[in-house]
Amino acid sequence: MTSPPNVDGPTADALLEVREIGKDFGNVTALDGVSMTVRPGTVTCVLGDNGAGKSTLIKILAGAHQHDRGEYLIDGEPVRLTHPREALDRGIATVYQDLALVPLMAIWRNFFLGSEPTKGWGPARRFDVSAAKSTTRAELLAMGIDIRDPEQPVGTLSGGERQSVAIARAVYFGARVLILDEPTSALGVKQAGVVLRYVVMARDRGLGVVFITHNPHHAYPVGDRFLILNRGRSLGDFGKDELDRGELIRLMSGGAELEQLTHELERAPTGDSVGPGTAG
Amino acid sequence: MTSAPAAASSDERVLVSGITRRFLQRPELGAAVGALAVFIFFATITDAFARPSGIANWLDAAAPLGIMAVVVALLMIGGEFDLSAGVMTATAGLVVATLATEYGLNVWLAFAIALVVGLAVGLVNGVVVVRTGLPSFIVTLGMFLVLQGLNLGVTKVITGTVQVRGLDDASGYDSARAVFATTVEIFGADVRVTVFWWIGVTALATYVLLRTRPGNWIFAVGGSATAARSVGVPASRTKIALFMTVSTVAAVVGTMQALRLTSVQANAGIGLEFEFIIAAVIGGCLLTGGFGSAVGAALGALIFGMAKQGIVFAGWDSDWFMLFLGLLLLLATLLNLYVRKRAEVMKR
Repeated sequence: MTSPPNVDGPTADALLEVREIGKDFGNVTALDGVSMTVRPGTVTCVLGDNGAGKSTLIKILAGAHQHDRGEYLIDGEPVRLTHPREALDRGIATVYQDLALVPLMAIWRNFFLGSEPTKGWGPARRFDVSAAKSTTRAELLAMGIDIRDPEQPVGTLSGGERQSVAIARAVYFGARVLILDEPTSALGVKQAGVVLRYVVMARDRGLGVVFITHNPHHAYPVGDRFLILNRGRSLGDFGKDELDRGELIRLMSGGAELEQLTHELERAPTGDSVGPGTAG
Repeated sequence: MTSAPAAASSDERVLVSGITRRFLQRPELGAAVGALAVFIFFATITDAFARPSGIANWLDAAAPLGIMAVVVALLMIGGEFDLSAGVMTATAGLVVATLATEYGLNVWLAFAIALVVGLAVGLVNGVVVVRTGLPSFIVTLGMFLVLQGLNLGVTKVITGTVQVRGLDDASGYDSARAVFATTVEIFGADVRVTVFWWIGVTALATYVLLRTRPGNWIFAVGGSATAARSVGVPASRTKIALFMTVSTVAAVVGTMQALRLTSVQANAGIGLEFEFIIAAVIGGCLLTGGFGSAVGAALGALIFGMAKQGIVFAGWDSDWFMLFLGLLLLLATLLNLYVRKRAEVMKR
């Protein structure tokens, strides 16, 4: 198997790994030959323009789509997820752009939605409201999110706070891998900074974070590895020491130049990184 | 004011008292204010309105509507409508009366069969809405017409007329009436037992909504069914259960009315579905789902009952009732809008 630079066979500490993964929709190839590894306590950024295959990749990881080619391993074991619930049960939580929060409901009701704690038995089994409220407050505080009032409807929170609540919820419900789908794309500079802080916070708690974005300025400060996608193919998987911010931006916005770069990267082993202006 | 000795940063954010905001966010606020205003108004201009017998009178008018408004509110919070609920009460009444009088069944057995019919109607409504994704407005409008046609057609075929009468001669009538339609003397006034059923249903619905897992799911499927599904809420089952609750409770209310009047008209119940929805909206339910309360809907029904009987007490032409109701509905909707805007403005 010809692995791309940074996947050296089975990786012992990898939480999640995909190898040469591919997906077709009819006769359209949405994703082809993409490999990546997610380790605990690291942030893997998946970058690419619209239509690059980011969504397809995370939907495979999250169990919403099944891959047609390649391998998907969780804890070194090949899997084929058929339902998002299976991914959740294996500790892979996805926070989508639309967040899966209900705007009109209180924060604590949202936090435990679908997994409400109960007390009592039989007909007296009821939603343990006080536990839900105090846990919500404590968990958000542990993530550094100081909410004013857990009774507040989620719709009254700012975009960054909503993202943070969704992230805190995923962490609390035992996520080991946290997949964030464009969490900063709809946010202003300041709010995006708030969310990036929580990304780092989740990483420091030992989670493997997969951070999908099309903004290299958001990816670079928090990322440990950068997987760059273009038209469903990988343009490379870099460590932070292998490229600087300028290169990342150039890779993201390269256009025709990127095609050549792809070929070059496929030949080049890990170390020989891309110097600026290597093309041609 | 929550006076936590917090840092300056949190001080600035607790500018608006949490208690005030929480109070304004209560969905039943508008209905409570409205009910009080209507009560004071009619108690002032008529003598009989605030006497025990007067109170028993308008409570009686409000109770059947109130029971239905509460379960319709649950369905509306869950993001759906049921236009067949009004006619369903007549269907159940006809089932009970026909089986008991024409076929000699015990009233209780006939009632059990009416409950099964209610469950089945709700199941069909729910499954069709959930499976097809069609608006419940259209699906239940279809059910409304189907039931209305059945009520008239089947009644005519069986009895040759458009009504079923003589329920009081059926076996089991007395015990059923004692449970569903008798009156109890309180402070010298005869209070109908439906009032207690109404209070019980409101309390139960409030408990379910606010203190159980299915209650959380009801708010969630109405607020955002997609979000609810993606965190593992059984959204389809929740919605189907709500439809079944509405039509089954409609069967109970229809039976109550049949026992009380001892006869059922085949064209009864038409138009009631809007009264249920109006009471729920006056009580703070959003038409778009995800927000509302059982207590609010009960208060909405109370306003309804007070206004209806108050106009009679005041000796006015009851034609004015619709005008009053229309204005009240507009006012309630505006108030809901205002309350929600207030709550949302306070976000920073």
